[in-house]
Amino acid sequence: MSALTRQRLSLALIWLALLTMPYWMNAVGGYTELGTRVLVLGLAAMALNFLLGFTGVLSFGHAAYFGLGAYGAGMAIKYLAPSTPLAIVIGVVLGTLAGAIIGALIVKLRGVYFAMVTIAFAQVFFFIAIRWNAVTGGDDGLTGWHRHALDLGFGKIDILNNDKAFYYLVLVLFAIAVGLMALLLRSPFGRTLLAIRENERRARFLGLPIEQHIWLSFVISCLFASLAGTLFALLSNFIDPHALHWSQSGNFVIMAVLGGMRSFWGPLVGAAIFVVLQDYVSSHTANWMSIIGLFFVLVVMFFPRGVLGMLRRKAKS
Amino acid sequence: MTQLLLFNVFNGLIVGAFYALMALGLSLILNLSGVINFAHGGFLAIGAYLAYSLIPYVGFWGALLIAPILTAMIGLLVERFLIRRLYQRDPLYSLLLTFGLAYILEDGTRMIWGAQSLPYVIPDWLTSPLSSEYFFLTGYRLFMVVLVAVAVGALFYILSRTRLGMRIRAGTADLETVSVLGVNVRLLRNLNFGLGIYLAGLAGVLAAGMLGLDPTIGSTLIMPSFVAIIVGGLGSLPGTLLGGLLIGVVSGITTVYFPSASEAVMYVMMGVVLLVRPRGLLGEEGRLQ
Repeated sequence: MSALTRQRLSLALIWLALLTMPYWMNAVGGYTELGTRVLVLGLAAMALNFLLGFTGVLSFGHAAYFGLGAYGAGMAIKYLAPSTPLAIVIGVVLGTLAGAIIGALIVKLRGVYFAMVTIAFAQVFFFIAIRWNAVTGGDDGLTGWHRHALDLGFGKIDILNNDKAFYYLVLVLFAIAVGLMALLLRSPFGRTLLAIRENERRARFLGLPIEQHIWLSFVISCLFASLAGTLFALLSNFIDPHALHWSQSGNFVIMAVLGGMRSFWGPLVGAAIFVVLQDYVSSHTANWMSIIGLFFVLVVMFFPRGVLGMLRRKAKS
Repeated sequence: MTQLLLFNVFNGLIVGAFYALMALGLSLILNLSGVINFAHGGFLAIGAYLAYSLIPYVGFWGALLIAPILTAMIGLLVERFLIRRLYQRDPLYSLLLTFGLAYILEDGTRMIWGAQSLPYVIPDWLTSPLSSEYFFLTGYRLFMVVLVAVAVGALFYILSRTRLGMRIRAGTADLETVSVLGVNVRLLRNLNFGLGIYLAGLAGVLAAGMLGLDPTIGSTLIMPSFVAIIVGGLGSLPGTLLGGLLIGVVSGITTVYFPSASEAVMYVMMGVVLLVRPRGLLGEEGRLQ
């Protein structure tokens, strides 16, 4: 089997699994909402990996844009109009705008310094969400709103009460987002990002505007992360400041690493493992923090290439 | 009003001193080993809780002496068995590792000492106000300022006058050359990590008396310490000290006029600093890459 057929086969398998997920999720002990959560957090981790794995920039604050998307969506429905598409658009605009502004401030920084600044900036939004009680609901989160049925003009799709319908809405948006990211990575722009990752100095000598590329990559990554955020809020019809907390940022990074930073689909695999583990552990023990922490340590020590990285290495040897 | 302002400025100065103490430890480790120690707050909590357990046996002063040393010893072990293995790899991995450690340490303290906040006994004569007009000037607060000043003074003395300190500074500038000159770099990084954790433990023992003892005490202090390092300038310890005090005072003043923004203001300040002076107030040129 040639490498290309193998690649096409695994791609087909991934989409087949995603398309049929709501129908076998219950049989393996899951539930539809868990599947939707995998998809949403997988999208966020893939968005982060656009930056982390394909541009080589260490962002550790993506919870900010994820959370802004979520709050944007929730507040749009609560205060503006009961429309799901509007909520998604507003959430994405909010998160992307914040990413564009913060990105411009930090684009000259590199490595650990970049990581530290992104972590710290993410905290601003966390504190705004906690302190601005009247608008955000403070520590208790934003309640009293829910997603609304999709009005297509000729008919309505009830995504509120029908779990599976909402899953497929998420899947469609996921497919568009992932397709766009894949296209971008194949374009000359995406190749340039890889060049920057591999050797920034050389790329600079070739006359490439490094800062502009990194900024744009950061903004694109924030855009898709905030899209994931809006879907996250719509999924649970609720959002609280935890989505903005730095621990959420860390979770996205561990998903990307666990699945394999160097592969396009890795973060989705990582998200699936992480979400299922978290769901299981937090319903079985009060000490889930220790277990998740230990999981971080073990992944870093023994599994740095991630699942797909290991598989690919085995396939080569 | 003046009294309220003075109170909050003074309060901010003390909180800033904690930020600085913690940020100095973080900075030491970051400068020499390139590791962002996310677990620093966890070590601070360990220091605080160890002191709490030690006070009944050895008293407050004994705990103040012993708890930070015990914390530093745990830090040495963590460096030796976990963090050391990651120096050769992308900084992402050490960041994730310490992130996981932060979870474990916070949950660990909760498991051992319970989730409720615990009463923390400090000597009576330190708790009474020194002046009836300036009620906030308790002996303990003054004592903390003095102690932090002494600790920072001692740290700068160690770094500039002792052999270990000179090696740490040299290693920060150029680790490879230091290694070629015959210095045991592994040991150096180990001791440097221990020194950083010692400062975290010390900050914990002091902070518990002021902020109350709670398993999340560390995670509330870690982010401001990051901000302190960024505002002060990467690679500069005096900058870190300045950054810590500055954000403490600024957030203290904000508490008077706009209390709900008292936390957010330091991040806004960080944004302004990065815009005007990307390497931080006292940061060295060329450290960003």
